[in-house]
Amino acid sequence: MELTAILYSIPWDQILIQTINGIVTGMILALIASGLTLIFGIMDVVNFAHGELFMLGAYIGVIVLATTGNFWLALLIATLVVALLGAAIQIVTLRPLLGRDPLTTILATFGVSLILQNYALWQFGPVARKIQEPFTGHFTLFYLEYPWYRLVIAGLSAAIIGGFWLFLKHGKYGIWIRATTQDRVMAQAMGIPVPWVHTAAFAIGAGMAAASGVLFGPLVGVNHTMGLDWVLKAFIVVVVGGMGNLGGSIAAAIFISLLEAYAAIWVSPAQAVIVSFMVLILTLLFRPTGLFVPTPK
Amino acid sequence: MTKRTNTSYWIAFSIVLALLIIAPLVLPEFWRRFLTEILIWGLLAMSSDILIGYTGMISFGHSAFFGLGMYGAAAALLMFSPPNLWLALAFGLVASALIALFVAYFSTRLRDIYFAITTLIFSQIFYVIVFTWTEVTGGENGLNFPRPRLAIPGLFSVPFTSETMHWFVLAVVTASYLILRRVTRSPFGMVLQSIRENEPRTRAIGYPVERYKIVAVMLSGLFAGLAGVLYAVQNRFAAPDFIFFLVSGETVIFNVMGGIGTLVGPIVGAGFFLLMREFLSRLFGDQFPYLIPLGVVFIVMIIFLPQGLLGFARRWLNR
Repeated sequence: MELTAILYSIPWDQILIQTINGIVTGMILALIASGLTLIFGIMDVVNFAHGELFMLGAYIGVIVLATTGNFWLALLIATLVVALLGAAIQIVTLRPLLGRDPLTTILATFGVSLILQNYALWQFGPVARKIQEPFTGHFTLFYLEYPWYRLVIAGLSAAIIGGFWLFLKHGKYGIWIRATTQDRVMAQAMGIPVPWVHTAAFAIGAGMAAASGVLFGPLVGVNHTMGLDWVLKAFIVVVVGGMGNLGGSIAAAIFISLLEAYAAIWVSPAQAVIVSFMVLILTLLFRPTGLFVPTPK
Repeated sequence: MTKRTNTSYWIAFSIVLALLIIAPLVLPEFWRRFLTEILIWGLLAMSSDILIGYTGMISFGHSAFFGLGMYGAAAALLMFSPPNLWLALAFGLVASALIALFVAYFSTRLRDIYFAITTLIFSQIFYVIVFTWTEVTGGENGLNFPRPRLAIPGLFSVPFTSETMHWFVLAVVTASYLILRRVTRSPFGMVLQSIRENEPRTRAIGYPVERYKIVAVMLSGLFAGLAGVLYAVQNRFAAPDFIFFLVSGETVIFNVMGGIGTLVGPIVGAGFFLLMREFLSRLFGDQFPYLIPLGVVFIVMIIFLPQGLLGFARRWLNR
């Protein structure tokens, strides 16, 4: 076959569309995963309930949007409410487990996720809710009318992650968080209230998950199982990016979302998930510290 | 390890076994099936206790072994006519053993949470495959198949009733328990426990830790598959929902509630969980989200009773 024939047989337009789609979902995923990786990095907790916090954020968004009609207010309130809920969860379930085997925290957060998920099912029923997007503009991309809103989500997620990064880098409490991540005992000795730093980190992670839930709500329906898919993806991202590594998680989120988006050109989206599973397993086998981190010495 | 405590153990064992044998004759139909179901879920939980309690690895992927055992049995029951119980067992066990070998080969290189996440992801891979491969697996609807007869070739052949089903399940679960108990007390089981206590040291003494772990995962997967076959034979269907990781999560919950590292603890945990569920849904109606109170109980137990219901008897049970 001629080279040109091969080039013509590649669906370039679809690839471009899927690249944009992949980046958009990648940014949302990065927002979820950076909360997860923060929580893991600071207290060795694998938060199974993270997807449920995402889902609850979306539901609170639905409620606030229904009462006030303002999308941005919904985003703000959902973030704050879920952050408070996260703080409460951390104080009630994880604080007593501090110093125990980290595996027990997986079990505890798994219990929390069951409770939250069933609460949502009980409270809101199995029918998916819809969040109306704040604006409905489109631009033409090949044969598609591509909504501006998707690009705005990607930008907003990037902005939130960027703000979070600045906070970690320069904010006083951000420095407390980094200090606690590096050396819990030393931080405590320097007068940092470590238990409250843990609570705050969990609350921030929860709030970020909720924000991504509200942002992502308009693209898919909001229902009680939406957290499950995302928590698995976020796990994959966090492991592939290197546990507790913020930059790595963001890179991995975009990498995996792009791979899945490209795979979805040829197979059904349900099967495209297997691609990211494969990436995870290969990463764990050949580079268990993560793909996007410098080689450990 | 005195003679007296050993005797007391076997006396207790015989009493419980005798009660379970008599149970279907006394209980009404619903509770008979319920008890059988507890035994099957208990076998699944017991199989994962080999990993959680004895080797110190939390598997979040036991639903894969359970589900593949189910689908293996389904394949045998659909392919051969008349359906044959022993072929179903053989198919289910081979399917789960192959899957377990595959999963074990990759996942045992990792430890702690990484092991948990890898097993979880593997089970989701099988879930996606089974869910989307509609021509073979029936996809979302699963498979329905006839129930085989309880038969030993040349000796007898009777159709399953709920009593014989119970006795058959009880026999399998008891045999599995005795085998697993023997295994955990064998030199092999001792090595597994030393991996749990101190893995680097076990390796330093010269045991090939990875190989032991692979065998442990396979053993565990094999018995999980056995539970899957029993479930398939009892309920006459196989569905992808049983491969979904929530089943693995429930398996872990049974273990933690009943007490890990005791083998019978997980069965007790399964019984406790299922009874609570039944009780709650009778009290508040079918729509009641029973997992909310059960989740609360689970978390409270992790914090205040990490040994589980039978934790106090762990030494005595492992004698």
